[in-house]
Amino acid sequence: MMWLNRDIVSIGDFSVDEIMEIIDKANKMVQYASSGHPERPLSGKIVATLFYEPSTRTRLSFESAAMRMGARVLGFGSLEGSSVAKGETLSDTIRIVNSYSDAIVLRHPAEGAARLASEFADVPVINAGDGAGQHPTQALLDIFTVWKESGPVNGKSIGFVGDLKYGRTVHSLSKALSMFDVSLYFISPDELKIPKHIKKDIEKRVPVRETRNLEDVIEELDVLYVTRIQKERFPDIEEYKKVAGIYVIRPSLISRGKKNLIIMHPLPRVDEIPPEIDHLPQARYFKQASYGVPVRMAILDLILRGE
Amino acid sequence: MTEEKMLKVEKIRRGTVIDHIPVGRAFKVLKILKISSDPGVTVSIAIHVKSKKMGLKDVVKIEDRILDSSELNKIALIADGATITIVEDYGVIKKFVVKLPDIITGILKCSNLKCVSNMEGSIIPSFTLISKEPLTIKCHYCEREMETEEIVENIL
Repeated sequence: MMWLNRDIVSIGDFSVDEIMEIIDKANKMVQYASSGHPERPLSGKIVATLFYEPSTRTRLSFESAAMRMGARVLGFGSLEGSSVAKGETLSDTIRIVNSYSDAIVLRHPAEGAARLASEFADVPVINAGDGAGQHPTQALLDIFTVWKESGPVNGKSIGFVGDLKYGRTVHSLSKALSMFDVSLYFISPDELKIPKHIKKDIEKRVPVRETRNLEDVIEELDVLYVTRIQKERFPDIEEYKKVAGIYVIRPSLISRGKKNLIIMHPLPRVDEIPPEIDHLPQARYFKQASYGVPVRMAILDLILRGE
Repeated sequence: MTEEKMLKVEKIRRGTVIDHIPVGRAFKVLKILKISSDPGVTVSIAIHVKSKKMGLKDVVKIEDRILDSSELNKIALIADGATITIVEDYGVIKKFVVKLPDIITGILKCSNLKCVSNMEGSIIPSFTLISKEPLTIKCHYCEREMETEEIVENIL
């Protein structure tokens, strides 16, 4: 498959075979994720990380991945002092950074920003989250986590719980998973249901079940993907408390699930997963976060060296 | 068009006839052409006209106005397959069918206010046709899907 110079903008740009190729390569990178690749295959390359919005985890894992592969990193993590703060357009910034680097990693509040950037850059652009839109490398590391921690993706029943309306992670990931042979469960309060257009698209390919009640479906799940419900989405704090409380993951709930159930969360978490869950064998969210590095190492290697 | 059907709406000397509009969409055609705000243009509308091809259809005749290609593209958005007849001196000088292209560029904006195409002034919005029935298009940038009502609201 052609990887050299390829943009990573939307998970929808990839076939199942391509996703599996990334997963396979990421698996080989796991051994180097904490010590660095001994051959420094990206030595001499420069990766630019342009973060128009703060995101500690995503930025640091990209930068770590680049450095573990031998590349150097430049960029910004906030707009303060940058030319953007002086009013420069995204397209102008991209044109300039294009000549300073071999790949651009972009986090931007506008939906579609990475697609736009890819049209102005000759070097490959990686979307590290564009507003409420796509976050393809998060989806890829989530699929990698399912594969690594729970076995083949095909045949799995995967439940998403929490804020399914605004959570872009859920949008990207459920779309990607729907390319596999899976069953998807969307568990949320009515106010935070998965957007209709996304559900409609996913239903064309895989069976979907929507419910308010996690207890109704917990026994059927192989993977429970928990997301944070944000207070600011609710005008009335009492309404928030009512809803947020429903989806706190308790050990008693987990004990009703399958023996091999795994629990994932894109982090940061607030109250939805209490610390007592961390010690259960089902808890895989810290592993999931750690896989950000090998998955991004694999992606950088593929697009910068083509292999 | 037969003589009998022509009688329903008077012949025009010069202008554009849009025939075979899906029934119920004549007013949308006028809306996207922004004709209702132009008092200098005389428009005749026939709705629920019997049609062999379509069962029922709408027809719009616009006097003294020849539509340009951008306007024809807009019509294709909501009336794919409509027949356009350009009339001069009561005679047909051009007749063709508008076809909805696979890529739609520059004639409407994205309905998503947070889409980058609505933020960067120099960007020409672009959409991919997903389905003709029901009409669904997808923004090239933010991937938001839009259906007929939203499309009509966002035509430039």
